[in-house]
Amino acid sequence: MIIDQRIRKKYARIKLPLSGRLEGVGYLGGMDISNSEKAQERPVDANDLAPDFVEEIASHKGGENIRLCFTCGTCSAICPMAEVDERYDPRRIIRMAVLGMREEVLSSDFIWLCSDCYSCHEHCPQNVKINALITVIKNIAAKEGHLPSSLKEGIKIIKKQGRMTEISEFENRQRAKYDLEDLTETVPGVSEVIEKCKTLEKVGGEDK
Amino acid sequence: MNKQALFLGCTVSGRALNYEMSSRKVAEKCGIELVDIADFGCCGYPVANADHDTYVTMAARNLALAEKEGCDVVALCSACLGSLAKVRKSLNEDTEEKDKVNKILADQGLEFKGTARVRHFMHVIYEDVGPERLKELFTVDVSSLKVAPHYGCHYMKPHEIFEGLDDPVAPHTLDDLISATGAEAVDYAYKLRCCGGGVLAVDENAPINLVHHKLKDVKAVGADIIALVCPFCAVMYDEYQSTVEDKKEEEFGIPVLYLPQLLGLAMGFDWKKDLLINKNAVKAKKLLQEKGLLDQGGDQ
Repeated sequence: MIIDQRIRKKYARIKLPLSGRLEGVGYLGGMDISNSEKAQERPVDANDLAPDFVEEIASHKGGENIRLCFTCGTCSAICPMAEVDERYDPRRIIRMAVLGMREEVLSSDFIWLCSDCYSCHEHCPQNVKINALITVIKNIAAKEGHLPSSLKEGIKIIKKQGRMTEISEFENRQRAKYDLEDLTETVPGVSEVIEKCKTLEKVGGEDK
Repeated sequence: MNKQALFLGCTVSGRALNYEMSSRKVAEKCGIELVDIADFGCCGYPVANADHDTYVTMAARNLALAEKEGCDVVALCSACLGSLAKVRKSLNEDTEEKDKVNKILADQGLEFKGTARVRHFMHVIYEDVGPERLKELFTVDVSSLKVAPHYGCHYMKPHEIFEGLDDPVAPHTLDDLISATGAEAVDYAYKLRCCGGGVLAVDENAPINLVHHKLKDVKAVGADIIALVCPFCAVMYDEYQSTVEDKKEEEFGIPVLYLPQLLGLAMGFDWKKDLLINKNAVKAKKLLQEKGLLDQGGDQ
């Protein structure tokens, strides 16, 4: 069934996943997951859904409250990221997850746009703990090879130096000027944790 | 009272000597002894998105190091603060995970017990010194400054981990500290808005738009400076301000100070030698000169 473009337009603005009804799958057609024309035309096939995705999320620490969401949209209204980037919409992510759109969620670029500000966390009337929930989704995505390369590189740097920023002779010369003690150039204990937790192995970033 | 271990984390260690130095000066003036622990490393926050276990273990490692020295933890970076405080609470409520983490830490001769309290440096100043006692330490009149406080996110959210140190949706501690100096803490619509730094590695546009909103708002209310308490917020508002100006074709030139730099000015410290305000990206010298705040600093 082709979705009425006028209805789509109307609802696209308020980002409700209600703008179309597809045969057999109910109210999924309006889930414009990438804002591309192609995605708008592609119907969601119930056979592609993973109904146990919600269980998978709930089984991780931080994801337990996903079922409490009653889609009020407070998170999306308070979210600073949603205000500046239409790709990001926490309520939509939760709806997609609950509906079992596992692949679409995990391979999306938008899950990485959560700035972790906890605005949704503080305002959610259902205590869904959305930050933690999105982090669980990111963790699952990372283990399936979707960790953005910049974040992967960051972990490699931390593994090497024990910190995200480099401390060299230069920094320590600066510190000496102000009578501050030297910082160690590497922190082996951090590298050891990353090694023992098999971090890079888990996210497909293991050094060759 | 426990000793306070100063947790610098990555960003302060590598690019915010001005924040570290001014904080040490303010701490000294307030009689807060800060302990340095050489083995402190990354707080774990940058790994949280990738792997929960690594994140938790990295954070717990730092906490265990502080505990070993009999110290509480004082963070300058709000992301470090949130990371460490969250893991502390989480492991204290989950013995199974705590045991798992301690198995890995045992190889480094460490054990996370969960005893070290984690606070932001400004929490410490607010709780242990307080605005009233602080006033006695201020010798320089900074009342001509209009200051826009920027709280950032992890300074008071999520509320569960901060034991009521501030209100998560109507915070006041930074306003109170600014007011204590005599400067005016101005209110503005985007006061609680996130800096967007958390996604900078993934996407530049969204954070730039967030920063733009705040700068516009701060300018509109006529604030002279922004005062903040997190090195990553400083990256966004201070280091990125010129980028935002270029992209949005709009000039701001709003100096961004770490709150300890402002407190330090009021305490009479040298703006350059002690507080390193000359190292901030947006130059504050002209403004401070106009306000007569460089006089006692031996400025050339």
